[in-house]
Amino acid sequence: MSSGKQRASILDKSLSKGKTEVSLTAYTLLFSEMVQYSHNRITSVNELHNKLSELGERVGVRMVELLFVRERNYKRETKLLNILMFVKGTLWKSLFGKEADKLDRATDDERIYYLIEKEPLVNKFISVPRDKSSINCSAFIAGIIESVLVSTGFPAKVTALWHKGTTFMIKFDDAVLTRDKQLEGR
Amino acid sequence: MAVPGNYYFAIVGHHDNPMFEMEFAPANKEPKKEDHRHLNQFIAHAALDLVDESMWTTTNMYLRLVDKFNEWFVSAFVTAGRVRLICLHDVKNDDGIKNFFMEMYETYIKHSMNPFYEPNTPIKSPAFEKKALFYGRKYLTG
Repeated sequence: MSSGKQRASILDKSLSKGKTEVSLTAYTLLFSEMVQYSHNRITSVNELHNKLSELGERVGVRMVELLFVRERNYKRETKLLNILMFVKGTLWKSLFGKEADKLDRATDDERIYYLIEKEPLVNKFISVPRDKSSINCSAFIAGIIESVLVSTGFPAKVTALWHKGTTFMIKFDDAVLTRDKQLEGR
Repeated sequence: MAVPGNYYFAIVGHHDNPMFEMEFAPANKEPKKEDHRHLNQFIAHAALDLVDESMWTTTNMYLRLVDKFNEWFVSAFVTAGRVRLICLHDVKNDDGIKNFFMEMYETYIKHSMNPFYEPNTPIKSPAFEKKALFYGRKYLTG
């Protein structure tokens, strides 16, 4: 038998932050490959958004657990506004190094919130052809936000729109609103 | 020094599916009758409703005692991603169980960092089991 494991198993590594910065160019290369990979396998714009969303989903579920342990010291969020502030502040800071630009609530529908980001990092090196101008690769970020909300217990649908830069329209399920009102009433 | 007791630990996913189960017994005890094992699953499953109710009343992850069934106590721990860690035990051991939950939570996070691990699926890694055994011996059975 060999003399034992030479490499430390992933379970033995520490959870603390380590290096928080990743090279922008390396990330952009990876992201461009992700977009091209998805692009080769779809037939419509919506499918591209869906594929990028799915990729973002896999990131989101892991970020949630990590961030609550590292940044929020093992305290969960149970209120709607708090989880939105978590997305706008903590999540955005750890992903992009800054907070999201603006968080608004829709006036006509209380289930909808708008998270506005003027220049998302993922779109920095992407040029959109004029004939497919509705493609917004921030669908990847929309997937991250959606999976963060779903896994913390606030099911929602998140779409990326071209509005004031990029706007993420977050639409919560009715059950979330009812439960939130109930909790506040207590 | 913990009073020796029996423990049943389970990690439950979003669809009430068990992702990981493990039993701890004091070192000197002989293996008990076989039919206790499905009873443990049943008690843990029944306690899930109570966990879901109390998880919205507090921002703590450790929910302490949520249920009692005959001589079994049920303690629960809810993670940020709503993964529930349930522990059935027949002796009170709040501190030991809390430490055990925290360590298993961190081990779970490290395990989920593996991109090949699909969340909400059973955890089959032998390294994970070893860690669970190790922490169980350290904090639960002494």
